[in-house]
Amino acid sequence: MRRLVPAAQLAAPLVLVAVAALVGTLVSTSSEGYFVDALVKVTIVVGLYVFIGNSGVLSFGHISFVAVGAWLAGVLSVPVREKPAIMPNLAGFLRDRTVGNIPSLLLAAAVGAAFALVVGLALMRLSGLAAGIATFAVLEITHNMLRFYEKIGPGLNTFSSVPETTGLWQAAIGAFVAIGAAFAYQRSRYGRLLRATREDPAAASAVGVSVYRQRLGAFVLSGALAGLAGGLYVHLLPMNTESVYLDLTFITLAMLVVGGSASLWGAVVGALAVSALDSFLANAENGVSLPGGTLDLPAGTRLVVVGALMALVLVARPSGITGGREFPTRWLRR
Amino acid sequence: MIAVLNVDWQTLADALALGGIYALMAVGIGLVFGVLRLVNFAYGQLIMAGAYALAFASQWGLPRGVGILFCFGVVLVLSIAMDWLVFRPLRTQSPAVMLVATFAIAFLLQSIALLAFGPLGKIASSLAPLNRPVTISGVDIRKIAIVSIVVAALCLVLLQLLLTRTAVGLQMRAASMDFGTARLLGVRANRVIGGAVLVSGLLAAVVAVMLTVQTPLVTPDFALRDTIVVLAGVVLGGLNRPVPATLGGFSIGFASGLLGGALPTNQSQYLPTFLFAAVIVVLLVRPNGLFTRGASAERV
Repeated sequence: MRRLVPAAQLAAPLVLVAVAALVGTLVSTSSEGYFVDALVKVTIVVGLYVFIGNSGVLSFGHISFVAVGAWLAGVLSVPVREKPAIMPNLAGFLRDRTVGNIPSLLLAAAVGAAFALVVGLALMRLSGLAAGIATFAVLEITHNMLRFYEKIGPGLNTFSSVPETTGLWQAAIGAFVAIGAAFAYQRSRYGRLLRATREDPAAASAVGVSVYRQRLGAFVLSGALAGLAGGLYVHLLPMNTESVYLDLTFITLAMLVVGGSASLWGAVVGALAVSALDSFLANAENGVSLPGGTLDLPAGTRLVVVGALMALVLVARPSGITGGREFPTRWLRR
Repeated sequence: MIAVLNVDWQTLADALALGGIYALMAVGIGLVFGVLRLVNFAYGQLIMAGAYALAFASQWGLPRGVGILFCFGVVLVLSIAMDWLVFRPLRTQSPAVMLVATFAIAFLLQSIALLAFGPLGKIASSLAPLNRPVTISGVDIRKIAIVSIVVAALCLVLLQLLLTRTAVGLQMRAASMDFGTARLLGVRANRVIGGAVLVSGLLAAVVAVMLTVQTPLVTPDFALRDTIVVLAGVVLGGLNRPVPATLGGFSIGFASGLLGGALPTNQSQYLPTFLFAAVIVVLLVRPNGLFTRGASAERV
């Protein structure tokens, strides 16, 4: 039975995602969007987890990898005919090409990884507070460049005419890929080495682990997953620079912290739980009928509740609702 | 230099004023960091709360002085509540956890403001006369620029006196050097932390008053941009000591005021990129900041 432990630890988050996708097929088309969005968020949060969870180093910068992934996939997916109208100042190599759905997602993952590599080569020497501030600076720079540099995208405008190919299945497959990659990584030699540096950097480097290289590896993998999520996102809804900035950074970090940042199970549970709460509140802002009366919350309640929840979890249970542990498998070990 | 950049006196005065305001915010952030090792992302929301207090005071037609008092009261109560409810329970956690926590508080306060007061914003008009220009030897300068420079200088002098001439100031400086040793030598942690939070709240209220004169429209994201820029400035200067942090805040405010006024829009729109690129370079080359000496920070 013991041999089944890793299988159960991989299966549990996969099953959770599959259940969410299946429930999504049963609800009305108007609510389906919430489920697709939740599955894309799972991909982002799992990407965050690969770096933050395994290394214990904070990053406010991952949404910039989501942003560059979204930008590349978005720009390349708009049909060539429509590009001059939407993005008149586009650079030549982006203007004359259009790629299909799958290649655009792969390219999004690749550009996320490449950007993470460039950033990580410089920043992975930092830890603690300095890492937090420096990754935040990366987010600011990315946001500023994408907003005003119109050779690489729509600038201040919203992406339009991107084919909306991200439905339930594409989002679910994206989340599966992310979970599979994260699980394979954390079971691998490199994942274990990185977690050793998280527990005790001094002891890990004393036995010959390069903290810098292990962190860089995880950073690049998590950049790839974040880029993929960006590609999925741009195929889901019309987005602009504000959709990949502070709000998304906040909500995805909240998901990771609420779920428990030290485990894959925590990342997936957090993403789905906070998404569920968030969508319920979004619905309730428009009035929702419950047994025992209608609930009609004022607009803006969502962020208040999620913010309060995140603060509460941080104060009362800093390791998150799962306690930062993988799916409980004690029953398999007996 | 001034002729080269094509800067007029108004721009220079505005840049000095912005530098002064940012210097005060930098001190507010730096003081709390010194004693708690906590970078307060939610500092801007304290200022936002103060600005709303002023806006409501002018809506209710309160006299100017009462409105300013109300603003101070709101900001102080909020900062003490923040200390009690969030900073205190998290004191033993790592700096990264505290950073995420203040990030959450910042969002919470901002969304509460959005929920309670709406996205359109309110006008704080009671101090509007300060926005009119005065003529000094043929040059027009807005009164608020002069007031800001004077108030900022005054606050910094008072703060320096507090830190160097009083017992609690000495204890604060000792605590920011080495909290553990300071406590062993009889410094009471709660007193020092309470003092730092209080002074930091007072500075936030001062900043709220001056910023609302410059930008009377108070929205839920009031002072958010400023806080992000000041955080960058504080890191540039050096978080650990009050004076380098102040210098960092002043320089970034002065530089962005000057460049924002002097450069054409198609160049000044990239100002944040240069600012934050500078932050990254400084963190890599001099992790303790530009204006400090001594041992380097935690690296791998």
